[in-house]
Amino acid sequence: MDTAELLALYEQMALIRRTEKAAHDLFLQGLVKGTTHLAAGHEAIAVGASAALLPDDYVFATYRGHHHAMARGATPEECLAELMSRATGLCKAKGGSMHLTKAATNMLGSYAIVGAHLPMAVGAAWSARLRGTGQLAVAFFGDGATNIGSFHEALNLAAVWKLPVLFVCENNLYMEYTRIADVTAVPRPAADRAPAYGIPGEVVDGNDVVAVQEAVARLARRARAGDGPAVLEAETYRHFGHSRADPATYRPAEEVERWLKHDPLDIAHGRLIEAGVPEETVTAADERAQTVVRQAIEAAKSAPPPDPREAFTDVWADGGAAWRT
Amino acid sequence: MADVITYREAVAEGIAREMRRDPSVVCLGEDIGEAGGVFKTTAGLFKEFGRERVWDTPISEQAIVGAAMGAAMTGMRPVAEIMFSDFLACCWDYLANEIPKVRYMTGGQVTVPLVVRTANGGGLGFGAQHSQATENWALTVPGLKIAAPSTPADVIGMMAAAIRSDDPVVFFEHKGLLASKGVPPPPDHVVELGHAAVVREGADVTLVALASMVPVALKAAERLAEEDIGVEVVDLRSLVPLDMATVLASLGRTSRLVTVEENPYQGGWGATLVSVVADEGFALLDAPVRRVAAECVPLPFADVLEEQVIPTVDKVVAAVRSLAAY
Ligand SMILES: Cc1ncc(C[n+]2csc(CCOP(=O)(O)OP(=O)(O)O)c2C)c(N)n1
Repeated sequence: MDTAELLALYEQMALIRRTEKAAHDLFLQGLVKGTTHLAAGHEAIAVGASAALLPDDYVFATYRGHHHAMARGATPEECLAELMSRATGLCKAKGGSMHLTKAATNMLGSYAIVGAHLPMAVGAAWSARLRGTGQLAVAFFGDGATNIGSFHEALNLAAVWKLPVLFVCENNLYMEYTRIADVTAVPRPAADRAPAYGIPGEVVDGNDVVAVQEAVARLARRARAGDGPAVLEAETYRHFGHSRADPATYRPAEEVERWLKHDPLDIAHGRLIEAGVPEETVTAADERAQTVVRQAIEAAKSAPPPDPREAFTDVWADGGAAWRT
Repeated sequence: MADVITYREAVAEGIAREMRRDPSVVCLGEDIGEAGGVFKTTAGLFKEFGRERVWDTPISEQAIVGAAMGAAMTGMRPVAEIMFSDFLACCWDYLANEIPKVRYMTGGQVTVPLVVRTANGGGLGFGAQHSQATENWALTVPGLKIAAPSTPADVIGMMAAAIRSDDPVVFFEHKGLLASKGVPPPPDHVVELGHAAVVREGADVTLVALASMVPVALKAAERLAEEDIGVEVVDLRSLVPLDMATVLASLGRTSRLVTVEENPYQGGWGATLVSVVADEGFALLDAPVRRVAAECVPLPFADVLEEQVIPTVDKVVAAVRSLAAY
C-alpha cells in the first residue's frame, strides 16, 4: 500500500473516531436518545476491508455499524443527523443508531438481531452470481454472533453454493458483558469453525488497517475467482462499553490498558511516520477530520425534526402504509 | 392446457408463468428441485428452468428466507418455499424482524420483493407440528402482505400478483385444498391482492372465509339454502391488504356477519375483521356477529379429535342458523 493510500485510510479512521466521540458527547448532552453501540477501536476493520472492496460490492453490518456506514460512504453529517432524530438523517430518522444504511453505495444495512444479516449477505452474493455481476458481499459481525444458528446456516449455504461472500468477524473478546471465551467451545470463535464448512478461516490483527486490507483483498480475489466464501476473524477491542448503558467495569484494567496502547490510529500513524510521511501531514489529516465532524455536528443540530406524517410512509413500496382497502 | 387443473398443479403453473416472463424470478427451498417438492407443488420447474433458477437448499429455514431477502434486496425476485407453515417459526426472525421492517427503517431505501410460499393448515391428520393454520401469525406483523387462495385459478392469479409485488408476500397454500380442481385461468391472469370475491350471493347472512374455509362455507350455504336462509359467501383471498370495502358492502345487503377461520379464535384474523365492522359498520348490523374458529388447543391427530377443534360445516351451519333467527 502506498503512503498516499495509507494516509487516506488514516484520515477516514480519524473521521470515524471523531464522529463516534461526537455521538458519545451528544448522547451525554441529551441530543441522542435510545442507545448507541460505538465502534471506537474497531475502525481499522471497516476502513481496511472497504479499501479492499469495489464500489458496488455489498456490505451488511450489525447495530455496531457506524464505522461500516461511514467507510462505505455515509457522511458524518448524515449519521449524526440520524442519531439526533433529524429529517436529514441517513434513514429519515426512522432507523437510528442501530440501523444505519446507505443503499446508494450498497451498504445494505445494520441489523440489530444478532447474526440475522449473515444469510442476507449470502443471498446478495447468490444474486450477484445469478446476475453475473462479479460483485462480492461482505457481512461484518461480532464474535457473539458465531454461536447463533444463522451463522452456521449461512456458512454452510455459502459453501455448498460456492458464493462470493466474506464473513468478517470483529472479535472484541466480549459479547455484551460476557467474555466470548467463557461461552464458546473453541478459542477462535469464527476462524476455528470455518473448516467445519470447508471454508478457510483466517485470523488477522484487526487494529492494523494494512493487515486487514491485505487479508480482505486476498480473500476477495479468491471469492471473485469462484473459489467460494471465506471467514476472516479480526482481533480488536472496543474502547467504550457495549452500549451507552455500559461502563464496562467487568474488563480487567491491564487488559484495557494493553489494548488502548494497540490503537488502530496509532498503528497507522506509526506506519506513516516509518514510511517517511512528515508529522505535520498526519496532523493536517487529523485536523481536516476534526473540521468535517465539527461542521457535521452543527449542521445536524440545526436540521429540522422529521415531519410527523413520515411515521406513515415507507412500509410498502408505493410509499404508504395502508393495510386495508 | 387441460380443462381442469388441481390446486397443486396451479402452484407450479403460477410460478412457471412468472419465471417465463421474468428472468429475475428464482426459486429456493428444500426438495423443490428434481424432486418437485414434498407436496409436488414445484413439479416440472426444475426440468423447465434448470438448476440455475430452481435451487435445492439444505434444511436451513433461516438461511433460505434470509438469503431470499438478500437476493430480493439486490435485484432478484426470489420465491422461497418453507415446506410446512409450522416451520415458519424456525425463521420467524426474518418474517417478524427483518423482511417487513427493512424498507421502513431505512427510510424507503431498500425494497424486498420476495415471496415466501408455505403449505398451511390441517385436515390431513399430520399432527400438532404439521397442521397449524398460521396465517394469523403473519397478520400480527406490519409490513407483510398475506395471500391465501382457495381455488386453482386464484392460486395462479395471486401467485402472479405476489411475485410481481415490490413488497414481501407470505403465500399460504392450503394442504387440504391441494387435490381440489378448477378451471385453469387464461394467460396473464392476475388477481391483485386486496380484492375479496363474493363467491355466492345471498340476502340473509354474510359468511366471510379464507382458503380451506371457503369450501366449508359454501357447503354450509348450500345446506342453509334448503332452510330458505340465503347466505352470501365472501372469499377474502388476502389478509393484507384486507378488503373491508367488500365485507362492509355485503353487510349492507345482509346485516348479519359470521366469520369462518381455521386459525385459533384467540388472535385470529376474524377478530380484526369484526372489530373494523364494530367500529365502522355497526349501524349495518341487525344481529351480533359470530366467529367460527379453531379451538385454542394444539391440533390433535385423530380425525374425530381434529373435527372437534377446527371449523366444520355443521358448526358453521349452526352459527348462521342462530343469527338468521335472531
Ligand atoms: C438474537 C439476539 N439475541 C440477543 C441480543 C442482545 N444483544 C445485543 S448485542 C449482544 C452481544 C453481541 O456480541 P457480539 O456479537 O460479540 O458483537 P459486539 O457487540 O461485540 O460487536 C447481545 C447479546 C440481540 N440483539 N439479538
